[in-house]
Amino acid sequence: MGLTLTHFVVLGAVLFCIGLYGALTKRNAVAILMSIEIMLNAVNITLIAFSFFNHVKPYANLLTGQIFAIFIITVAAAEAALALAMIIAIYRKRQTVDVGEIDMLKW
Amino acid sequence: MDLASLIFWIIAVVLVAAALVVVGQRNIVHSALALVVVFAMASGIFLLLNAEFIAIVQILIYAGAVTILILFALMLTRIAGQRVTNPNARPLAMAVALVVSTLVGLGIIFAATVSQFAQSAPAAQLLQGTVCSLPSNNVIAIGQLLYSPSCYSYVLPFEIATVVLLVAIVGAIVISREEE
Repeated sequence: MGLTLTHFVVLGAVLFCIGLYGALTKRNAVAILMSIEIMLNAVNITLIAFSFFNHVKPYANLLTGQIFAIFIITVAAAEAALALAMIIAIYRKRQTVDVGEIDMLKW
Repeated sequence: MDLASLIFWIIAVVLVAAALVVVGQRNIVHSALALVVVFAMASGIFLLLNAEFIAIVQILIYAGAVTILILFALMLTRIAGQRVTNPNARPLAMAVALVVSTLVGLGIIFAATVSQFAQSAPAAQLLQGTVCSLPSNNVIAIGQLLYSPSCYSYVLPFEIATVVLLVAIVGAIVISREEE
């Protein structure tokens, strides 16, 4: 296979940047959440690539990167459910999902 | 160019293009639909890396559950008469965000390719406990690594993750409940 670890790490880095850019520029709270999901996916790609290209003997077949990816998926699902519940609760109170207008925690 | 590289480049181009659509679209429902493509293509990358179980989980949880959840949230938070449902920040803030994310990306790529840390270090013998031999079947191996009570496994983190999920479920219900 002509593919190396660098291919996957660079792909993950590019994807992470796109997600970071979206999370920093979007004003809709749901769009920010979608950008964060893209960033989590980029990290998962990187971790699974590390797991695949790991040939150091006692660790190579322990699939540590894949186990980490499973935990990240778990936490991401919990985070998505909680964040969307919060967005819906805020929408009920304020009739907006614009993060520029949600400033209840600002002093 | 061999087949794996060809598949990788096709998937990578579609993945990055779909991610750009997600952050670039003015209509947020289109963004959510492009997100499905991002998740499906990431699943293809996982298949390419011999992670069959995570590829299936990715399709089930991300492309299935999380996207439906996001679409439901979009449906419940719709503001009538709004044309641009996915607005951007001010141009200055966008320029700053572009610079910041580009710098972060270049930093990661630098660390992964040319820096001296990219060279592999010898592994220390840190494993403790009995390490059982794992089967070559990816699903069975992950099952053994997650649940096995006697071999080297992640059983305690797994249990903690279940508690996290339970708290998230209860919290989501409590937060989004209509108050009397």
